[in-house]
Amino acid sequence: MALKKEQMLDLYRKMRTIREFEETVAKFFSQGEIPGFVHLYIGEEAVATGACAHLEKQDYIASTHRGHGHAIARGASINKMMAEIFGRSDGLCKGKGGSMHIADMELGFLGANGIVGAGLPLAVGAGFAAKYMKTNGVAVCFFGDASSNRGTFHESLNMASVQKLPVVFINENNGYGISMSFKRHSNITDIADRAAAYGMPGIVVDGNDVMAVYEAAEEAIKRARAGGGPILIECKTYRQHGHFEGDACTYRTDEELNAWKAKDPLPRFSQRLQEMKIATEAEIKQIDTEVTKVITDAVEYAHNSPEPELSELTTDVYCD
Amino acid sequence: MAEKTYSQAINEALEEEMLRDDKVYILGEDVGAFGGCFGVTTGLFDKFGGERVIDSSLSETAIVGSCVGAAVAGLRPVPEIMFADFLGVCLDELFNQGAKIRYMFGGKAKVPMTLRLACGGGFSGAAQHSQSLEAWVCHVPGLKVVMPSTAADAKGLLKAAIRDDNPVVFLEHKGLYGVMGEVPEGEYTIPLGKADIKREGKDVTIFAYSSMLHTALAAAETLAQQGIEAEVVDPRTLVPFDKETLYKSIEKTGKLLIVHEAVKQGGFGGEVAAMVAEEAFDFLDAPIKRIGAPFAPIPFSAKLEGAYIPDEAKIVAAVKSFF
Repeated sequence: MALKKEQMLDLYRKMRTIREFEETVAKFFSQGEIPGFVHLYIGEEAVATGACAHLEKQDYIASTHRGHGHAIARGASINKMMAEIFGRSDGLCKGKGGSMHIADMELGFLGANGIVGAGLPLAVGAGFAAKYMKTNGVAVCFFGDASSNRGTFHESLNMASVQKLPVVFINENNGYGISMSFKRHSNITDIADRAAAYGMPGIVVDGNDVMAVYEAAEEAIKRARAGGGPILIECKTYRQHGHFEGDACTYRTDEELNAWKAKDPLPRFSQRLQEMKIATEAEIKQIDTEVTKVITDAVEYAHNSPEPELSELTTDVYCD
Repeated sequence: MAEKTYSQAINEALEEEMLRDDKVYILGEDVGAFGGCFGVTTGLFDKFGGERVIDSSLSETAIVGSCVGAAVAGLRPVPEIMFADFLGVCLDELFNQGAKIRYMFGGKAKVPMTLRLACGGGFSGAAQHSQSLEAWVCHVPGLKVVMPSTAADAKGLLKAAIRDDNPVVFLEHKGLYGVMGEVPEGEYTIPLGKADIKREGKDVTIFAYSSMLHTALAAAETLAQQGIEAEVVDPRTLVPFDKETLYKSIEKTGKLLIVHEAVKQGGFGGEVAAMVAEEAFDFLDAPIKRIGAPFAPIPFSAKLEGAYIPDEAKIVAAVKSFF
């Protein structure tokens, strides 16, 4: 493991930022301040963090309805993300996209998506553009277990493989598509096994171990960037909250939830950092305090941001 | 000016735009060496190679979806979907992704994609290979919709569509591919959103597009022999819609007949009629009339299909009933 201390701490900070951001969104959502739907990434932080650590400026990501984690891992402004979720004009999308369509083109973040499985073809297109324009870029596509049953998955993996595109497909298998457990919606054990059907490698990774994700993603992204073609990485993980905020989660047991909480990526990594003497408990707590401030500031930023002007209703429908 | 077919004109537009801007590429089924199922991309593979004229697997979802993604990432894709009837298998990519990305992202992205589809019936293609589905895409904010009727219009509009930074749905009537027309020499484009008066007249306005433009012109000739001078207005672009040209025509004639090949019920003609009734009512001397196909899937039998597709006789009869 050739990572420097700062890099390891940065991974922790990123995950902590995602965690606190999501918990804060949950709080304000339950208080009725956030309109619409939110789908929180709590428990899955290691996947976005480990994968996005390898992205360069010219790279693209396609995301899902559960996209806050991807955006934060990619480096999106926490202030502007919070403002967007609150529907304010200083949001990343001027308040016109919201949680499900949060995007940042400057970071190559092709947006969260309200249509499950829609990100896959978009990522293929971004990978195509990278190859066509010789940018040395890759496209990373995050998608869930349920969406691997959509036609978009099939067509996208096939097309990426046939055209040998620099796309890294990262499956976040969190065990559920709303109330449908993986066992009930798919007749296989590992989504990674589907990769062979498209002539690409497929690997399974512990999605709650940020270093495991980091290492697998590093190799996959390097390979894709060098022209080695697409690859599918399945990250086994778990969403600690419901599919959406307000979901009573009647379809799963407390035993199951607690078993996965015992493997929560954050304390797991913080313990490891301390055991390996890379960080002390005080240093970890210091990061936590700093993150809390960042999130608190973001909430204030969002609260202070005005709602969009009525004229924005019909702007940005077309380019002039 | 030179005589070219509608298909040749489109081919030239593609070639010229690909020469002009190396970000333009074509992706579709059988578009490469095969030249496309209707031969529209003939010769382009030889000229530009397989990196710019790309044969896709049978994957309309990925064709349109990847082109949306590539457009957002900086390219100018011109995907081809063989039959407009296949819109169903790539509709989300077009209407939920391509059409909405700019707006949802607060204006911070653009989707300069031109989606070409072959529409229309009259060849015993039957229900799933003959439809005109422009009404579906005209209902989606964020899309532009172009339906050229002549070779000259097709070339100029396609060039403009490719240069447009918005997602454009370009509907080519497959029955027009072989139809010759005068095409200007040299470089030209036709702006989107501008109608064209294909025939001037003072007695009635016939609003018609795509294949029906030709049927309307033929009907106008017949009507002229009977002393009725019809003005034929071809919108060329459905979205954005040129109201001014149409309203000016109605102001002159006082009577409007709308003709399209698509099913009448729920068709784009209803939108035009409602627009005119709301905004140009005072110009009308008579209620608006519409002609479109019956509310049924397109039949296979040639006799039935012949009765299905609006023809000259129906147009003539409708116009005469104004007087």
